[in-house]
Amino acid sequence: MITQFLLVKIFRLILLIAAVATLSFLLVSSSPVNPVDAYVGTAMLRISQDQREIIAKRWGLDKPPVERFGRWAGQMATGNLGVSTIFNEPVLSVIGKRFVTSFWLMALAWSLSGALGFGLGLIAGAREDTLLDRGIRLYAYTMASTPTFWVGMILLMVFSVSLGWTPVCCAWPPGLSAEQATLWQRLHHLLLPAVTLSLIGIAQITLHTREKTIEALRSDYAVFARAQGESIIGIVFVRALRNVALPAVTLQFASLGELFGGAVLAEQVFAYPGLGRTTVEAGIRGDIPLLLGIVLFSTIFVFTGNFMADLIYHLVDPRLRKTAGAIS
Amino acid sequence: MLDIQNLSIRFTRYTFGLKKKEVCVVRDFDLSIAPGQVMAVIGQSGAGKSLLAHALLGILPRNAKVEGRILFKGKPLTPERLSALRGREIALIPQSITALNPLLRVGVQVARAARLSGISKKDVPTTVRRAFSRYLLRKEVAHCFPFQLSGGMARRVLTATATVGMADLILADEPTSGLDPITAREALTHLRELADTGKAVLLITHDIAAALQVADMVTVFCAGTTVEVARADDFKGLDQLRHPYTRALWDALPANSFIGTMKPIERTSDAAGCPFQPCCNDQNTVCGQSTPELKDSGEGRVRCHHA
Amino acid sequence: MMTNPLALDRRTRTMMVIFGCLVLFSAIFIAAWLYGEQGQVTNLALRKLPPGWNQPFGTDWLGRDMFARTIKGLRISLEIGLAAASCSAIIALLLGLAAATMGRIIDVAVTWLCDVGMATPHLVLLILISFACGGGAKGVIIAVAASHWPALTRVIRAEVMQLRTSDYIKLSSRLGKSPAWIARHHLLPHVVPQFLVGLLLLFPHAILHAAGLTFLGFGMSPHTPEIGILLAESMRYLTTGMWWLAVAPGLALILSAMTFDVLGNNVRALLDPKTLRE
Repeated sequence: MITQFLLVKIFRLILLIAAVATLSFLLVSSSPVNPVDAYVGTAMLRISQDQREIIAKRWGLDKPPVERFGRWAGQMATGNLGVSTIFNEPVLSVIGKRFVTSFWLMALAWSLSGALGFGLGLIAGAREDTLLDRGIRLYAYTMASTPTFWVGMILLMVFSVSLGWTPVCCAWPPGLSAEQATLWQRLHHLLLPAVTLSLIGIAQITLHTREKTIEALRSDYAVFARAQGESIIGIVFVRALRNVALPAVTLQFASLGELFGGAVLAEQVFAYPGLGRTTVEAGIRGDIPLLLGIVLFSTIFVFTGNFMADLIYHLVDPRLRKTAGAIS
Repeated sequence: MLDIQNLSIRFTRYTFGLKKKEVCVVRDFDLSIAPGQVMAVIGQSGAGKSLLAHALLGILPRNAKVEGRILFKGKPLTPERLSALRGREIALIPQSITALNPLLRVGVQVARAARLSGISKKDVPTTVRRAFSRYLLRKEVAHCFPFQLSGGMARRVLTATATVGMADLILADEPTSGLDPITAREALTHLRELADTGKAVLLITHDIAAALQVADMVTVFCAGTTVEVARADDFKGLDQLRHPYTRALWDALPANSFIGTMKPIERTSDAAGCPFQPCCNDQNTVCGQSTPELKDSGEGRVRCHHA
Repeated sequence: MMTNPLALDRRTRTMMVIFGCLVLFSAIFIAAWLYGEQGQVTNLALRKLPPGWNQPFGTDWLGRDMFARTIKGLRISLEIGLAAASCSAIIALLLGLAAATMGRIIDVAVTWLCDVGMATPHLVLLILISFACGGGAKGVIIAVAASHWPALTRVIRAEVMQLRTSDYIKLSSRLGKSPAWIARHHLLPHVVPQFLVGLLLLFPHAILHAAGLTFLGFGMSPHTPEIGILLAESMRYLTTGMWWLAVAPGLALILSAMTFDVLGNNVRALLDPKTLRE
């Protein structure tokens, strides 16, 4: 049963990647941005037509798009995503290195926002329409309408510029390499971007948990529990905790896409050298292989999140766990 | 044990365009039960019978407004008193098996109910075991999730949950719905047994035939109010029954002539007049002018100008 | 139960909120029009002034009035949001209807298209599309429009599917009503409110994503007073203590996005009171 589940998922992933790859390639090849111009940038005037042609030839830009796609797709099937033009390094190794840096940022932000958001949502739902609930809701709605980068800028101004508690940029002190920095230094640099991401990320999980809590409180089993003399707090924390936590965990996994997007913006503000910042660089400087690689990687990233959400549902919900063949 | 006078339940709702609308679901409802008695409340499905049970327990949704006098064991049932009594002295057997949390094991849920009814922590396991064996539930059932139970079994679990404590008043909300005749009969027998141990049982149902098997008294509930209170024995023949609506119900029983029931018109406003006026054969001008009061009649009560 | 005599009933309150939101949006457009070119004028005598009586949002390093620039930026954001959200909503409407009414194959195709559209993180997709369009305001609009339709498509598809299987529509078609009649009398009254609310709730997303995209440097030229660009510019002056360059435009953007959110939720409550819990 579990193997069938996995097989279906893998098949879907392959289909999805094929579609995303084709569409993305179509998009980038229709771009009016000349990758060579974007690459040479301000040095454009100093470079002769011959040199440009050499660059174009090395990147295979002299061939027609269909042939380029064939070659790219063929390479991709063997796990080779090409060479990044701005880093002059295989795309996979760039993504790998940058993702590790981003991973800690995203993991910290993800767990922080998940835990806090779930707690706030439970409280708001249990105390529906009280001042506390209104306060939490106002916070969540405000954060849902707030750009991540703006929160980052405000935090940067307050904590790094005015108070000087946190560093202004980067993932480790300038002048050191990633390996030389101590764990404490890395955490210190990580803190503000992670808080930025969590502050925004809390919004969705809070509102969702609140809805689910209210829904649970109105369910038949909660009414029966009330009839048995259970208090609202008792229902929320003893009876309905599982029923509310399950969709919350699922949502948290299913929102990895938002997390990735948030990381792009937060990394830009804090000059944090993760995958998000690399995405922006690849886009601005026309690094097509890298951009395509990141698109595919982030697709897998999002897919993994959704997959985890599905898997957890199947593992936790007894109705799905015990009935064979109930897998979508 | 329980004495209800002039109970009314209103709901505020919003319709398209957020227009506020107040709906009165129950009005001028009267009822009383003595210990050892099974009192059946009979009414059509969807007539607001379940709301009665929920109102007695104070667990209606927040947009509901309850008015009237409720005396429990001779003292007024205030919200404060109610929150202390709920689950300890008054227990509910709910209508639907969705009242069991789908994600928790049955045993855990019964144990929690036992704990809430005031049983000390160390006595909970024995009490739960006893409740299970009383309703012929195997030990393994405690480890099941609700979806793994059959309808009859789930029903017995609900009864076990409600009676695991020492409640004196049991409110049974449609305990036979969705059950086959044998299982339904068994569920009703359980209620009778509870009454025979000195508890008061309020049996809320739409099934008169089933109710008459175990009830001592019957309250006929229609158009949101008490229409007639009769002894179960009064249903043995047509001439003992006081209200035209009750007689119509009697006619519709399978054992009798099966004539269609009389349908009251829906009165959402508090307009005067008997709700049965448009469809009743015995009507005259009084019926259109004033709503009849509930008056004593023999050993029962009736709300009709002509009884 | 006591009721506060000053408390307005739900309907009046909702109507007032909706009216207030509309007034606010008109005010932005009118103010942007009244200000004309003022936001672009450099006045080196008034450089780097903090917020005060004559310049409520302060001035920037070229002496441009930040209030005028913010208002202009909001107008651009609203225009982009309007264009992108409308396109997105129309795509969603067409695809949703097609999926629900044109048979199994189309349905599978549209559902899969939604999956593909949601497979990549929003922002990455935005960057990709904006890159494909070669930047510019058009690129931003296309990117936002092309990436926001899947969620609403699913909603509309589900709604129409549910309606189609409902008893009264089956009955109508058995009574010999034409599909067009059914669409006009049974489908439209349900789908139009869903569509309108969906459109309104798309706005804040569209506005925020557009601002994010321009903040990252994709999109319009640096001279356009768009909120994302204003904020990106202010990044350079953060360390010099010119906090007002970031705070005021950001707050203005949040306020506009929230206003749309409030508007959408209130209209939904008005059209579909079930969503309102009391």
